Amino acid sequence: MFRGAMKALSRWPVARQIAGAGMGAAAVSDRTIALRSRVHGATTVPSVCPYCAVGCGTLVRVKDGEVVDIEGNPASPVNQGTLCPKGSGIFQYTVNPDRVTHALYRRPYGRDWERVDLDWAMDRIAGLMRDTRDRTFIDRDDDGNLVNHTEGIGFLGGAALDNEENYLIKKLCVGAGIVFVENQARI
Amino acid sequence: MGSNFAECHPVGFRFVMRAREKGAEVIHVDPRFSRTSACATQYAQIRAGTDIAFLGALINVVLHSERWNADPFFHEYVSHFTNAATLIERDFRDVSELSGYFSGWEDGFYCPDTWQYEGTQRVVHMNSDYEELCKVMSSETHSLHGGRTVGGPPPRDPSLRDPRCVLRVMERHFAAYTPEAAAEICGVSAEQIRHIAETMLANSGRDRTCNVAYALGWTQHTTGPQIIATAAILQLLLGNIGRPGGGIQALRGHATIQGSTDIPTLYDLLPGYLHMPTHLPTHESLDSYVANEGGSAGQWSYTREYMVSLLKAYFGDAATPENDFAYDYLPRITGDHSHFPMFVAMHEKRMEGLVLMGQNPVVGGPNSGYALDGMRALRWLVVRDIFPIESAVVWREHPEECATEVFLLPAATVVEKDGSFTNTNRVVQWHDKAVEPREDVRSDAWFIHHLWLRLKGLYADSTEARDRPIQALTWDYPTTGIHEDPDVDAVLREVNGYYTEPGPGGKRIQVRGFADLAADGSTACGCWLYSGIHPGVNLAEKREGDDYIAPNWGFSWPSNVRLLYNRASADSRGRPWSERKRYVWWDEGLARWVGVDVPDFPATKRPDDPGDPEAGGMAAVSGDSPFLMKPDGKGWLFFPFGMKDGPLPTHYEPWETPVRSALHADPQRNPLTKVWRTPGNAYNGVDNPKYPYVLTTFRLTEHHTAGGMTRWNSWLSELQPGAFVEVSPELAESLDITHLGWVTLSTARGEAEARALVTRRIRPLTVKGRTIHQIGIPWHFGSEGLVVGDAANLLASMVADPNVSIHEAKAFTCNIRPGRRS
Repeated sequence: MFRGAMKALSRWPVARQIAGAGMGAAAVSDRTIALRSRVHGATTVPSVCPYCAVGCGTLVRVKDGEVVDIEGNPASPVNQGTLCPKGSGIFQYTVNPDRVTHALYRRPYGRDWERVDLDWAMDRIAGLMRDTRDRTFIDRDDDGNLVNHTEGIGFLGGAALDNEENYLIKKLCVGAGIVFVENQARI
Repeated sequence: MGSNFAECHPVGFRFVMRAREKGAEVIHVDPRFSRTSACATQYAQIRAGTDIAFLGALINVVLHSERWNADPFFHEYVSHFTNAATLIERDFRDVSELSGYFSGWEDGFYCPDTWQYEGTQRVVHMNSDYEELCKVMSSETHSLHGGRTVGGPPPRDPSLRDPRCVLRVMERHFAAYTPEAAAEICGVSAEQIRHIAETMLANSGRDRTCNVAYALGWTQHTTGPQIIATAAILQLLLGNIGRPGGGIQALRGHATIQGSTDIPTLYDLLPGYLHMPTHLPTHESLDSYVANEGGSAGQWSYTREYMVSLLKAYFGDAATPENDFAYDYLPRITGDHSHFPMFVAMHEKRMEGLVLMGQNPVVGGPNSGYALDGMRALRWLVVRDIFPIESAVVWREHPEECATEVFLLPAATVVEKDGSFTNTNRVVQWHDKAVEPREDVRSDAWFIHHLWLRLKGLYADSTEARDRPIQALTWDYPTTGIHEDPDVDAVLREVNGYYTEPGPGGKRIQVRGFADLAADGSTACGCWLYSGIHPGVNLAEKREGDDYIAPNWGFSWPSNVRLLYNRASADSRGRPWSERKRYVWWDEGLARWVGVDVPDFPATKRPDDPGDPEAGGMAAVSGDSPFLMKPDGKGWLFFPFGMKDGPLPTHYEPWETPVRSALHADPQRNPLTKVWRTPGNAYNGVDNPKYPYVLTTFRLTEHHTAGGMTRWNSWLSELQPGAFVEVSPELAESLDITHLGWVTLSTARGEAEARALVTRRIRPLTVKGRTIHQIGIPWHFGSEGLVVGDAANLLASMVADPNVSIHEAKAFTCNIRPGRRS
């Protein structure tokens, strides 16, 4: 038992340092040797911070299909690896138990959400849009000028989306004759 | 000015601090002392909404300074690169002569004939009742690029002595803005105003440049665009535009708020700042659209190329020369369809359905109560967001009274989709999808794509003319992944543009840039301004950084130019202004412009090229005209067109203010202010004792805009756990407000409660011998999420500037009392 205790003691980094091995390797415990960083073995995907418009580069670390960490990209000339408090919190923006994950529906006068099938919701939305558009479409104004639009439908949002998404939104609105299309950039 | 750079763009502020470490002066002018002020070398506390008076005084001091009048640098920059020498119409009259109005005021609107360069006229007269058109153009947000003027070129006086040349007209306009007069308006001492002007002057010239940074503190005013225009005049006078270290930096607030303006989801714009056609005769055909929108010189003279290429991208083979390239498929705008009219349309039941994507208007838009009631009046509402935001649960109170059918569809985050953002410096950066979104979570591109396919199916058999655009709209994006996402790389290729005639094997050939775009239908391009971003490879994906301008990191529009108008970084003869400020210059041996950046100028146009007005386009612009978006190629110290409310910036008081204007009693407010006199949007009025205090809204570092992206984050919510207002100790004492105690703020719109932060960061100001108290309130909070609080926007009103329809959240009035709201 004494020998066992001595052996354990000799492995204690402080004892090894006193015994003359000094710092460095002698100061490392087996546990430390076995430790790996959270992002060890993760794949790294370059991304951009979704908050303000400075455009800090980020690195998203993914393991087994899960985001395990998001940090600043040192290669980015914009932020050189640094992030502000919001940027440092992007992880919780995407990995968060409060996220909405299912299509939800609140029927007229309803008191709560109901979970619905996404395809059903998409069909229903397309149907409502057609119904509203057809009833509210104006071909020409009273003076005979071409108008070719509906004021019955609005699209709002885009500053937090991607450029390609904004392109598609505007294109859809042009095709359907929707003129009330705006985003936070206005205000 | 107008920004809290250190707290709202902390990582960008590193560059300011680096400059300060190297000896730069940092000046902060703001109603509140913030961390930006603490990092500055000079700070001035200004009364909210008086920025034009302050900047006008800086201009006044510069124009009368010995240095500015003696240093040949300023004379050369201003006489060659700005419109200082151009003569203005004889009948032009300034606000100082007509007590607050410019010439052309017609009791409610402006006819801007007298604001023109001498001998020129706008094509806007064509085919229409001119007065009626002026009335419409004055009152609606959309305007003409107005490039085409007939007559001219206008006379110039390079000696800058002619009393009708722009410099002298402008000098007379700003004569009233002495530091002493501005001090009476702004609450900043004349001595400090002079000192700041002298600091800027000492740091401008051949060897030195100043930068001006602003944010929503300048835009959210009924004079917002004119504030920025005042800064542009100052920076042009000081020779600080188009040069390294110079410029005006708009600090934009969302990841792609720049991109969503360039490739707009805005009612009055098509991609690349082409205007949406209106129902007016000026836009009745493609020819009349081009005649009115295009310029006879400069970049906008290629409007036909850009518009036809856009129509080809939108309508493909259905766009032919015979049908005006399907120009009549485009919907027409018939008035202001911007943010506030949208909510008015909901109240009036003209709007039945709304698709809301990543925006939270019942917290983030002014007059939250009005926005909420409007949304409750909708028949249907689709909300796409990450979290259950306030705007998704507008039915929660009194659900039995709300008939709205509501969908909440979960949206993917940035790490769950491919795509690009455009940052505040116009750098487009690609982000890669890291993980697949789960369950019903989908990207917004997925939503639009699958919604459009459904709509297209619903209209497939229609024979109605009005449905033809739906059938003709091109939509052939390949899909990828388990959710059948549209390939957004293919979307960016369409944005870049391609030849409509396919290459060998039917493969699309990409255009190299907007110079390749043609008006005959042989090219298609989704956004001319971004052309060059995907000439076969996605340049937004480039990730080779360096420690200077990093030209190989992402892609910057136009044509990967990093510093706009950089022709001005060389003198009139094309030589660097100094070794220290060498950037882009003319190389006589190579006979082209060279430098560290892509020249923002025709590469082989000699600096002494006189320009050929007959030739039109870029050929019409002379070699000493760096500002290619203007038909004369000059930086404008006076705006012959483009601004509805005057060719020079004028200080008008905010719409709601406790102060009577010191400059002109009537009009004391911007005479073209857009107001919505509708139930639920009452105004506080001027100098109303019921609402004696100035209120200004602001942002915190730990929360983002309307809170949808931060108030469900426990780390950030712990750092900023609740709503508060900043109150000076003097005001707190006079009203018995205690630090951390509850207070209630009130306006004619409503009430909001918060904790009082009694702090010397905000001080009473003395204006015309009277004490003016200012109060600051962050606007991120709402009823949902981990941290809750009243939305500051419950207090703000819908009132807007005439040029861009932005509201006035940075300067309005309120009352405040201790205690909670009823």
